Amino acid sequence: MSENLDDFRVEVRAWLAANCPDEMRKPANEEGDICWGGRNWVFKNDAQRDWLHACAAKGYTVPDWPKAYGGAGLSAQQTKVFRSEMARIGARAPLSSFGIWMLGPALLHFGTEEQKLHYLPPIARGEIRWCQGYSEPGSGSDLVSLQSFGEDKGDHWQVNGSKIWTSYADKADWIFALIRTDKANKYQGITFMLFDMASPGVSTKPILLISGNSPFCETFFDNVAVPKTQYIGEVNRGWDVAKYLLGHEREMISGGGAGGDMVSIGALYAQAIGKNAAGELDDPVLRAEMAAFDTDVFAFRAMGERFMDMWKTGRAHPASSNMMKYAGTELNKRRHELVMSGAGSAGLEWDSADSKGGSKPRGWLRTKANSIEGGTSEVMLNVIAKRILDLPGA
Amino acid sequence: MPLYHNDEQAMLRDSAAPFIADAAPVSHLRSLRDSGDATGFSRDLWKQFAEMGFAGILVGEEHGGMGLGHAEAGIVLEEIGRNLTPSPFLSTSVAAVSALKAAGGAQAAQWLPRVATGDAIIALAIDEKPRHGPEGSALAATRAGNGFKLNGQKCFVLSGHVADMLLVLARTGGSAGESDGLTLFAVPQGAAGLSADPRLLVDASLASHMRFDDVTVDADAVVGEVDAGWDAVKPLLAAARTGAAAEMIGVGQGAMDLTMDYLKQRKQFGRLIGEFQALQHRAAHLYSEMEIARASVMKAQQLLDEGDAGAELMVSVAKAKAGRATNLAVREGVQMHGGIGMTDEYDIGLYMKRDRALAEFMGDVHYHIDRVARLNGY
Repeated sequence: MSENLDDFRVEVRAWLAANCPDEMRKPANEEGDICWGGRNWVFKNDAQRDWLHACAAKGYTVPDWPKAYGGAGLSAQQTKVFRSEMARIGARAPLSSFGIWMLGPALLHFGTEEQKLHYLPPIARGEIRWCQGYSEPGSGSDLVSLQSFGEDKGDHWQVNGSKIWTSYADKADWIFALIRTDKANKYQGITFMLFDMASPGVSTKPILLISGNSPFCETFFDNVAVPKTQYIGEVNRGWDVAKYLLGHEREMISGGGAGGDMVSIGALYAQAIGKNAAGELDDPVLRAEMAAFDTDVFAFRAMGERFMDMWKTGRAHPASSNMMKYAGTELNKRRHELVMSGAGSAGLEWDSADSKGGSKPRGWLRTKANSIEGGTSEVMLNVIAKRILDLPGA
Repeated sequence: MPLYHNDEQAMLRDSAAPFIADAAPVSHLRSLRDSGDATGFSRDLWKQFAEMGFAGILVGEEHGGMGLGHAEAGIVLEEIGRNLTPSPFLSTSVAAVSALKAAGGAQAAQWLPRVATGDAIIALAIDEKPRHGPEGSALAATRAGNGFKLNGQKCFVLSGHVADMLLVLARTGGSAGESDGLTLFAVPQGAAGLSADPRLLVDASLASHMRFDDVTVDADAVVGEVDAGWDAVKPLLAAARTGAAAEMIGVGQGAMDLTMDYLKQRKQFGRLIGEFQALQHRAAHLYSEMEIARASVMKAQQLLDEGDAGAELMVSVAKAKAGRATNLAVREGVQMHGGIGMTDEYDIGLYMKRDRALAEFMGDVHYHIDRVARLNGY
């Protein structure tokens, strides 16, 4: 591995040229284009499979994880180079995974060496698909009030309760979940447990959303036995893990996804909207809104870069991920409003072949959850006001 | 390059911030304004800027400058913004120096060393109409003997009445609206036929309407190439816009700091007003916008310093985003201060005025959002 960043860039570029299939350099168009991996994953095509396997073999599904855990052991600056080279050719992420985005960072931070070696490599290879069990019907923004309970049965906990908004619980192999283990202690009475979704007593029920899709489930636990080795951090200190992870989740949302790419929405919809003789979009008001949005997106892109540079070197305010989450999700909702405007009546088609199964309206509706899930915008603003601006009356 | 200040840049900030806060706090602006100062800035302070090395921050070491980049100039500009310091720094040391460096030649050799020592103020004579549009320059430069004769007018020339030299964008070919056929001239103050009509602006700065009546200059007054003045003006505009954005970040941050302090002091209904969620959420949103704007400005500076082809887009993004965020900061500042925010005695109103002037300088939010669209082909 080259220490010199320029040499490393040359290496990565050559590797990508040789290993990234052409098919994987096109924008993802529909859900099946996003590879989630897992026991039951069916690859959409050979290219998707080859791309995952090539990246996994090189550690490139998780470039900045240590090699022992399935990563490539890249430094922060090398990772930045790697991602910029991926972006340069428009390469799709080889693997999308809550294991990579959420559980992995928690394990890296709180896990024992044995746990890391056991859980991380299958995540990196896309073999085990994880879901997250946080929210409950009565515990949304006030997450710490959660009630799913694990009763101490000596060598295991007997877990009862239910979770809601569990993303892809019906497709996941394992779950990481916040389970109360001490009813007398609100914050220090929760344990961060890991268990197999095939365990007896676990059941899921997809929730039909306004998008017509069901990415979220209700998840029920009925006397589920969880071995008392399957938790991260300390017993009753799962809230610490959860807080760390929420910070990481917000970081991830800001990292590049949420409307943060450099693709100009005005350029993207120029053909659909049409241009006048001067080369400007035919609808001057929509053009102005799209240009204002592009300006905000490009600025946010710089913010994402600055945030990551600072976060990785310990320079960022610990609560700044809340700001990234707030700004990034609000931006993404705005993007999809403009996508709908740009598409006109074609954007209303719900299931036609032309509309790729209604990807625009469904995507637009899906984004409305962005500013609700993982902490609402209003909660983010509360945190910024109190922890960063130090405004009174916490 | 990571998007945060490295050790050297942090040291620069640590010397610029206390120096400017001490030598030219907001009270300095007030005293110039209230005394009806005819220059518009303090020449003593400008000499101190030179002694600190700031005047020549972008000037190459071969010409006696510090040879630093836009990122470093931005650090000084942010402190100027935070203190509302009246200074020719942006026009002279950032914008004019960028044009002279790009063009090189006799004018660069003559003026860059004088800028670095604080012995020359340079003003920018670019716009001819109240709304920014450099390609619209119609001021005519016609061949006359060994040189050119300039006829026409310019407006919004900051320090134009006291500058030692003006960079004048004139038309030697083509027609108004085209970037081809423009030529950049260095016109010394006192040239026959050059006259200034200084106007006091809302932020207490002085900007002149300049008239050119048969102003004669030698051929070597051309900065860069005849008819290709755009090549010299492009770096000037990029530097001026990015610099103005950096200064605006300082203005916005200064306004926001004042406002946050106020929210923690002012009581109504028996509570600190900062306890009210209605204000907390707006303050948090403002923080978010300011942080994003700051990042966009730093990115523009970085791309300019690296000579990256993507710099032009990011410059307009930064000018527009800093414009929006700072405008929000000063508007929320006045509103959250309540009645006293409307008084001349409180500083927050001065921040609002400076923001407005910087927003207009070298293209406002709308100009640059439109430019973002154009640069993306729509």
